Amino acid sequence: MARDGGVTCLRSSEMLNVGLGGMESPPLDLDEVHVLAVDDSLVDRIVIERLLRITSCKVTAVDSGWRALEFLGLDNEKASAELDRLKVDMIITDYCMPGMTGYELLKKIKESSSFRQVPVVIMSSENVLTRIDMCLEEGAEDFLLKPVKLADVKRLRNHLTGDVKLSNGNKRKLPEDSVTVHALLPPPPALTLSTDSSDSSPPLSPVEVFSSPLSSLIDDEDDDDVLTSSPTPEESPVRRQKMRSPGLD
Amino acid sequence: MDALVAQLQMQYRNYTVSLYQQGFLDERFTELRQLQDDKHPNFAAEMLSLSFDDSVKHIGNITRACKDQTGTVDFGLVDVSVHQLKCTSSSVGAKRVKDLCVTFKEYCEANNYEGCVRCLQQVDIEYNTLKTKLQDMFNLEKQIIQAGGKVPQVDGH
Repeated sequence: MARDGGVTCLRSSEMLNVGLGGMESPPLDLDEVHVLAVDDSLVDRIVIERLLRITSCKVTAVDSGWRALEFLGLDNEKASAELDRLKVDMIITDYCMPGMTGYELLKKIKESSSFRQVPVVIMSSENVLTRIDMCLEEGAEDFLLKPVKLADVKRLRNHLTGDVKLSNGNKRKLPEDSVTVHALLPPPPALTLSTDSSDSSPPLSPVEVFSSPLSSLIDDEDDDDVLTSSPTPEESPVRRQKMRSPGLD
Repeated sequence: MDALVAQLQMQYRNYTVSLYQQGFLDERFTELRQLQDDKHPNFAAEMLSLSFDDSVKHIGNITRACKDQTGTVDFGLVDVSVHQLKCTSSSVGAKRVKDLCVTFKEYCEANNYEGCVRCLQQVDIEYNTLKTKLQDMFNLEKQIIQAGGKVPQVDGH
């Protein structure tokens, strides 16, 4: 993944638009959750990507609301062609960003016909109730306090998988005119803007990493590793407010 | 060899625990450590390094904003950079810098120039102190590994 806020993405347009009945087709890989992460802070972007990959999500990380809209094809007036529809299962965005805030991005997503069903999670370093309420009322799925923990992401992931399973494997509302069945093609290779050099040189010791410019931080592999020790999930009640039931968990 | 490893490990443990106890690091750093695995053995160090790059930038911006040629200070501008410094510190567990930023923000909001200047000086000191201490900590890790040992997991308690 590029460090400059560029986009690493998995364009799954060829993957699916399973029709309503008709032809037998291979089942959707329900565990292929694709998350769009939006944060202007490089550190936070890398961390959230790490957290999401640990929980077996595919991640596209961008550095601004504008880039997010661009990625979603919402940055211009004309509707994006159905064939080119992205598979985005969740959008997680920082609140405080220059230019377009996470709240403004949330509104734009909820205004769009293609993506209004996609759950949007807001992250913020400030625990401001009015801000939380505002986001939830605008349709945010959840509100996480930064710094975001692995336990938070795991909970989101489980919630997502649960939703996908509940609605017979396809949480997204199918577009009205998509009654044709598209043959499933193998997923395209991930597009990246940076070369992966992490495998070509020996790993640096922490001291070397710490005192010298970083060459490449992110590898493009999926993280199927299970960590040997995961932190105890501490569910602090203040951290999260459920939509429409703003009591404490 | 084992005796050396054991000694280094004990030194490392004591040193790391002291960093937590003195408030240089908090549990966020521990969490970053826990995200490490064989494919990402230096994740915490990498994040610290990135955060320090960010911090240098933000401290530079604050310094420039406070040394405005026209004699007026744009406290709004200072506030933005202090917020960003606070966020990046919080993201990696740099507790003292983060806590200082909270105070700094209050001075900004109060348009208190002297307070801001004092905070800026302190932030610079804290940032540099933390950087040095972490360098020492990572040095110990390297020595342990070079002596054939494993770096013990230390969570600050």
